[in-house]
This record gives sequence, structure tokens and C-alpha cells, in this order.
Amino acid sequence: MRITQGTFSYLPDLTANEIMGQIQYAIDRGWAVAVEFTDDPHPRNVLWEMWGLPMFEISDASAAMHEVTACVQAWPDHYVRVSAYDASLGRQTTALSFIVSRPVPEPGFRLDRQEAGDRRIRYSLHPYAADRPSGERYGHPNGRRG
Amino acid sequence: MKRDREVKGDGEVGEGALARRDARGFAMPRPGTGPAGAAAAADGMGRAHGGQAAGPDRQPGAGPDRTPGARADDGDRERLPADALVDLDREGKALQISGVLERLDAEFVGLSPVKERVREIAALLLVDRLRARYALSSSRPSLHMCFTGSPGTGKTTMAMHLGELLHELGYLRKGQLVTATRDDLVGQYVGHTAPKTKEVLKRAMGGVLLIDEAYYLYRPDNERDYGQEAIEILLQFMEAHRDDLVVILAGYKERMDVFFCSNPGMASRIGHHIDFPDFGICDLMEIAERMLSREEYRLSPQAAVAFREYVALRMRQPRFAGARSIRNAIDRLRLRQAGRLVAAGGQVGRADLVEITEADVRGSRVFGDGSPPARPAALDGSLGQIA
Repeated sequence: MRITQGTFSYLPDLTANEIMGQIQYAIDRGWAVAVEFTDDPHPRNVLWEMWGLPMFEISDASAAMHEVTACVQAWPDHYVRVSAYDASLGRQTTALSFIVSRPVPEPGFRLDRQEAGDRRIRYSLHPYAADRPSGERYGHPNGRRG
Repeated sequence: MKRDREVKGDGEVGEGALARRDARGFAMPRPGTGPAGAAAAADGMGRAHGGQAAGPDRQPGAGPDRTPGARADDGDRERLPADALVDLDREGKALQISGVLERLDAEFVGLSPVKERVREIAALLLVDRLRARYALSSSRPSLHMCFTGSPGTGKTTMAMHLGELLHELGYLRKGQLVTATRDDLVGQYVGHTAPKTKEVLKRAMGGVLLIDEAYYLYRPDNERDYGQEAIEILLQFMEAHRDDLVVILAGYKERMDVFFCSNPGMASRIGHHIDFPDFGICDLMEIAERMLSREEYRLSPQAAVAFREYVALRMRQPRFAGARSIRNAIDRLRLRQAGRLVAAGGQVGRADLVEITEADVRGSRVFGDGSPPARPAALDGSLGQIA
């Protein structure tokens, strides 16, 4: 199941050119671009690992693209996203965030129903990938591929 | 789910370039190669929507994945048949090469070897564009440069303008200038240098990185110095991101030669070694005139003669720093003019505020050392009160 988080997630995956264009847009707006990755796709997992520091002073998207490429190569079986932080007063929040790389098999989620008191039902989402320990959730089951 | 598979199926990079994560990772767009380059650089957002992808991108992985927009853009400058002819003048005009070069001529006095090199680079970029339209191979030339020359010969100023020029010619996407010295690149402890250098390089991407007095990076007397590490990262970036930034090393000739001797890799990766000639007295006078007119001052005819003598004397003195010395001299001229006006008191008009007289020039210490050619005693006295 393809997870849809962040901007553009219902579109086909962005090409490198399109990613560059989006990053350039963020830079031109004065937003700080950061690269993040995770292997826990739960929708409530909002704080992903940071790949380096946010880039505050770059003026061209190729610099951020360099980091995106490096992150995707280092974490091939993880989700990688680019987020742009708008530090201007009154906003001070993530202005744009989109996934740029995702693991190839995405097993998706299981819906757990828990019966509570008074026949109430509680629902929770459980990513199948989270059954395996962190770092081995995607890719080949026998660990990292070459 | 279904759409997902369709996207994967029809060979778009949509899934391809990112999900497959081959060694290259991404197919980077190259701004200068295509006719759409300049337009794409001007409008990043447009590119994002496939409006102006980077022209006929010739990289192997990027062949079939043209967005529809890119194809439409090619349409207006389609491939030419082998026997077609192109009007070079008109193409040059479209690139605004002549305008760029005229501005270079207008803004810099002398420096003919430098201008000649910039002219050649502009011509090469134009020819490359035309070659691309004939489907000939046109790899991007490496434009890393080394500026050598005495102090005050315009190295830094030229680097600043070069970024803009290359941006206008469509070689650089942004054309901003980032100036770095040893402090900005070399860290203070183990593991500090690499992130620091990369940070600066990332800031400079899309533009020009000027490393002033680059020879300070390498300190042969201290083998545990981290400068060597910075140089290695620099070299690696210069090679891998040739399309994204232009590195310019600047410094004095002799020390630069020593630096290159100890770092042969650096010397060979820099294609353009440009030596800035020293300014002659005529060049310096013209520079002075331009500086003065920019600040809306004027030398009286006698003052101009005196200033020429001043420059001739100053050139022979130690620590003469070319145009920089001229700029300092002009600042002192303004000081003396202001002092003279205030001391004289009374009424002044616009002409008085603009004109620099002979006395202002003759007041310089440079004349005092040798035999002063003509120094009216009365003026001496009035200046003595101020100084």
C-alpha cells in the first residue's frame, strides 16, 4: 500500500527535476530546506530522523539535491522526505513537506480492533513493516542488501 | 494501488530514478546545455511543473523521461538537420553576449587578457548551444579558475562580475558570489573541517565560490593541519559538481605557484589560469576618473596634472596596491577638500563641493618625501591649520 503523507503524495513520484524545482521554490521563499528519513511509516510518526542540519543559507537547489541524493543512497530502504521550514514571524512552521523516496515493497497497515468496556471499540493502525526491528523493516528479510 | 503500478510500468522516472536507487541516484538537470536553461534558471517553479525541464538533457538515464513540457519547449528550437545554417550574430544576440561583454568593457579598465578569456568563454557557450542543436556532443566546459596578480588588480571585483556574467550566459543557475577564506573552510578539530567546507560549498552552489588567498589553505610546515582535508573535499566537489558551481582561487602569483606545486591535483583541475597584469599609469588615471565621477567629484585641470604626478610617485613607493591605493588616495582627497572648504568658511556653491583643486592633491604626504615640484606657501599654511 502506497502511503500518502505530505504534499504531492497522490501524484506519481516526482522526478529529480521536479524535486529540484520544488526545492528551488522553497529556497526562493526563504524557507530552510531539510532532509529527513524514517522506516516507521505510521501517520502519527511526524518526527523523522534528520539527515544533517537544515540548510539555511543555500541559494540553489542543487545543494539540497546533493544531500537528498546522499540520503537516498545511504538509506535505500527508508522513506526520505524533504521538508521546508518557514521561519517568518506568524508562521514558524513546516511550510512544505513531501516524500522523495520510498521503499519498494510497502506492505501497508493492519487495522486493529480492541474491544473495550461497554462494547466500545477502539481502532488502531499497525504498520506491517513495524513487526520487524527498526532498520530491518524493508528490503530483504535477511538484513541489508549489498 | 492500480495507478501506482501504471506509473511504474510505463518507464517514467516517476518511480524509476528514485525507487531504483542506482549508483547515480538522480539524473541531475544541467542548466547550460539546453536552450531552456536560462529560462529554467529564471523560474524554478516553472521547472517544477514540468514547464521547462532542462532542455535536451543528454544523460543516459534521463533519455525517455522527458516531461511533456520539456518536449514542448524543445519544439521552438528543434534539432537542426545536418546541412542547416544558423545565423551566429542572431544567436549571440538572443544570448545577449554582446551586452554582457560591453558591460565588462565599460566596467573594467585595462585587464585585456582577462577580458579576452571571458570573451572566449562566452563564445564557447554560444557554440556549445549551437552544437547541441545539431545533435553534436556538447559537454559543459569546466570553468574553475585561478586569478593571480598583484594586490589591487581587480581579482575580487572580477570574480564578483563573473558570477553575474555566467548567470546571464546561462552557465550558472544563480550567479551569486560566496567569498571564503581559510577560516570559513578549515575546522579547528578532527571532523570539523568536512562539514564546514561542505557547508560553504553548498552555499556557493549555483554560483561562484571565491577562495581568496587560497595558498593559506595549505600549510606545509604543519603536517597535522586540517587545510589538506579542506583541499581534498574541495577537489572532490569541483569534480563532481562541475555543473553546479565555479570555484575561483585568487591570490598573489608567486605564492599561488608554490601552492600548486604542493597540490598538483588542484592545478590540473583548474582549467583557466588567468594572470591579472599590473595597471599602468594611464589605466590608473582612468580608474581614478571613474571613481571620482561615480562619487560626483571632479578634478580641476591643474589638479588632474598634479594627481598624475601623485600616481607616478605613489607607484614607486612600497606597498602600492593598484586600484586600491587609488581608491584610498581619492578618499584622502575628499578629506582634504572638505577640510579646505570648512576652514575657508563663507559661502559655497555646488561647483565648490564638486571640484577638487590642485591644493587638495598637493597636500599629500607623497609629495612631501621627494622634492615638491610646486608648492605654494600660502596654501601650505592653510592646510597646516587643518591637518
